[in-house]
Amino acid sequence: MKIFNYRLIIFALSIIFGVVFAMPSFLQTDSGKKINLGLDLQGGLHMLLGVNTDEAVTSKIKSYASSIKYFAQDEDILLDELSINGDTVEFNILDEDEIKKVDEMLSKIKGLDIQKPSSLNYLISLSESEKELVKDLSVSQAVETIRNRLDQFGLAEPTVIRQGETDIVVELPGIKSAAEEKAARELISQPANLEMMAVDEEIADQVYSMTPQQAALYGAVILEKSDNPNEKYLVKEIPILNGEQIIDAQVAFDQSNQPIINFTLNSSGARIFGEFTANNIGKRLAVVLDGKVYSAPNIRERIGGGSGQISGGFTLVEAGNVAIALRSGALPASVKLLEKRSVGPSLGADSIQASMIALLVGFGMVMIFMVVYYKTAGIIANIALITNIFIIVAVMAMFGATLTLPGMAGIVLTVGMAVDANVIITERIRELLQAGVSVKKAIEDGYANAMSAILDANITTLLVAVILYAYGTGPVKGFAVTISIGILASMLTAILGTHGIYEMLMNKIQKSKNIGNWFGVK
Amino acid sequence: MEFFKTDKTYNFMGNKLPFLALSLILFLASIGILFTKGLNFGIDFAGGTLVQIKYDKTAPIDNIRDILKQKPHFANASITEFGSDEEIVIRITASSNSVTTDVSDEMHKILSSTGNFEIRRIDMVGPKVGDELREKGFMALGLSFVMILIYVSFRFEYRFAVASVFALIHDLVIAVGAIALFDVEVNLDILAALLTLLGYSINDTIIVFDRIRENVQNSKDGLLEDVINTSVSRTLSRTTLTSLTTFFVVVTLFIFGGEIIHGFAFTLLVGIIVGTYSSIFIASTFLVQLKFSIENFRAKEAEKLKRQKEKEKLRAMYEQGTI
Repeated sequence: MKIFNYRLIIFALSIIFGVVFAMPSFLQTDSGKKINLGLDLQGGLHMLLGVNTDEAVTSKIKSYASSIKYFAQDEDILLDELSINGDTVEFNILDEDEIKKVDEMLSKIKGLDIQKPSSLNYLISLSESEKELVKDLSVSQAVETIRNRLDQFGLAEPTVIRQGETDIVVELPGIKSAAEEKAARELISQPANLEMMAVDEEIADQVYSMTPQQAALYGAVILEKSDNPNEKYLVKEIPILNGEQIIDAQVAFDQSNQPIINFTLNSSGARIFGEFTANNIGKRLAVVLDGKVYSAPNIRERIGGGSGQISGGFTLVEAGNVAIALRSGALPASVKLLEKRSVGPSLGADSIQASMIALLVGFGMVMIFMVVYYKTAGIIANIALITNIFIIVAVMAMFGATLTLPGMAGIVLTVGMAVDANVIITERIRELLQAGVSVKKAIEDGYANAMSAILDANITTLLVAVILYAYGTGPVKGFAVTISIGILASMLTAILGTHGIYEMLMNKIQKSKNIGNWFGVK
Repeated sequence: MEFFKTDKTYNFMGNKLPFLALSLILFLASIGILFTKGLNFGIDFAGGTLVQIKYDKTAPIDNIRDILKQKPHFANASITEFGSDEEIVIRITASSNSVTTDVSDEMHKILSSTGNFEIRRIDMVGPKVGDELREKGFMALGLSFVMILIYVSFRFEYRFAVASVFALIHDLVIAVGAIALFDVEVNLDILAALLTLLGYSINDTIIVFDRIRENVQNSKDGLLEDVINTSVSRTLSRTTLTSLTTFFVVVTLFIFGGEIIHGFAFTLLVGIIVGTYSSIFIASTFLVQLKFSIENFRAKEAEKLKRQKEKEKLRAMYEQGTI
């Protein structure tokens, strides 16, 4: 017995590797890296969200409009007709002496495209490159925000990743019931865009007779009350504050024990809020969340300290979600649900069971067939096959790859295809034996002759698997992964491993009286 | 055990006509089915909503159908049994129904009178995603062909590459024809199965072509038909054997794998049969049709060898310092 040949040593090492790293997954131990089960096997919710990136551009220009307005007030510059038109802010300066100040202030903001039809008339929009940047940023910010919200929601292992230019994939394996699913979905898609807006008291009495177009002429918008769409408010288009300045939000209860949300502003927010309330006593301030007015109390006095509250008929759960959403920040733009797949845990368990049965039965049939057809060579091929399965599982566990239902099918399929290399080799050996070559040479040449066929065939299959990975989504990607690992592992086990075993047994084979028995021929 | 004697050579090329005719008929029939019946695109590609519901008794399909008919946005829903008579699948095509509606709640409400049930799966795919998935699917198929062409041209000769891609198209079209004929719902997993079939079928063809490449060098009479006959005969055992083992496991997947994996296994089942058949009977005949010339190939290989030798000579000289 020639135990120490390099092929056998590598094979032995790969067996050890396979067994050690596959064990945690097979035995479901608590420690050690295990294969992740895909959502289709363990149940859960998969969503594809599309970010409306155009909105991010609009809101960016809106926030510039607010800061221009605030700057002008601060510096006592008189601006006329400050308004937003699509993606453009327009205003006039009344006093020529102020042009320099305004230009200086605007030059500090990067990425603006400023046009001046006349020396006093300003048209400001974002430059194309800035727009792209804002859009790109809005998606990564949305990913961050959604991740934050889900973390606070307390779900196990949420996955939030960006896909392509504007899409986000959210995977929630922990979701078990329809109610949970709904709550999670609402939490994710809530824009949570809080704005403090001034009610336009000068035209407030015309709120029910004005069209939105007419309101726009006054730089105002018409918003509905959150709990009563028939109640409307005319508010100034440019908000005083937005949710960016919120640093904390908590659920509390008002005097009548209704859930409300208390929020705290950062210092600059608090200052703006304090000044505005001081200057507008007697007027109304609308608390607007996601385009709906929650309350519009009269300002009785200056509100310092930078805190406020949102009330407006929340349920406790709603209030909790709004608070989480406010804390983790507003979505820079609204998101739209493009695709949703939810699998109940019982279906996943059924799928695991079904594919396990298929795997075992298929595996058994192939192994029996190999032994019947090839005798000892079949047993050696089977050793390689079993090692192959261990290596697939071990590699997947090591890289934390996800096993999906098509992935399971991929493993089953790999079993069928992994014996291929050994079939090719053994057929070659048989041919050479038939031609009267000595058994030692038959084995050596058999492996050598089979090599080009095995390599070419496996590389082309691997190419297809890689394309499948690149273009596939979710479960299909899992299939490509298992197939690829399976092909690579089969080259290791079927070419190197079995060759090592033959080398080890070479003396025995050569001494054997009935060489045919080793390869299933007479 | 031996299925085929290792020294027996079958005359495939002499009897190629009936097989070519069979392939042509299957090919044209598949295209005919594709154009008349068409593919049954599932929601992955067409967009829409799928709800899988399991009852604790036989599902009252007629009752469910009546109830859903009365709801305007479920009126065009199709209801089919899924795997067992306790389980059903409701498919609603995309259109007015936006992805955001809460189908789960709605189903619970609407169907509450039909018995105890559990909603096991809800898939909603917006039309935009469906289009994108379809586009990506076609890209993947196209790219696979290109990659195979390039690789096989590089390793063999371009005629081998063209012949193998013809064989692949043959396999793919017939498999897709079978999918259309048996009304298999085409979703992402079917696309994966088709791509796997590509990989599997090219694998089979290459094993045969590898033998042809080898025998072209050794052949004495230099007749391509003879070389092909020997090569296909020598690889016959391997081709059938590997197909058999793969066939075994796919059959077990088809029988035991559960309803969700059914279409996938079916596609592979058809694919393995067609792929094996084309590797044995069809692929090599394309080589003949493409006027593959043994002499030219040998000359080229000899040229390659010569250049290789010269390179080595030069290198040896360089290393010895004579250059």
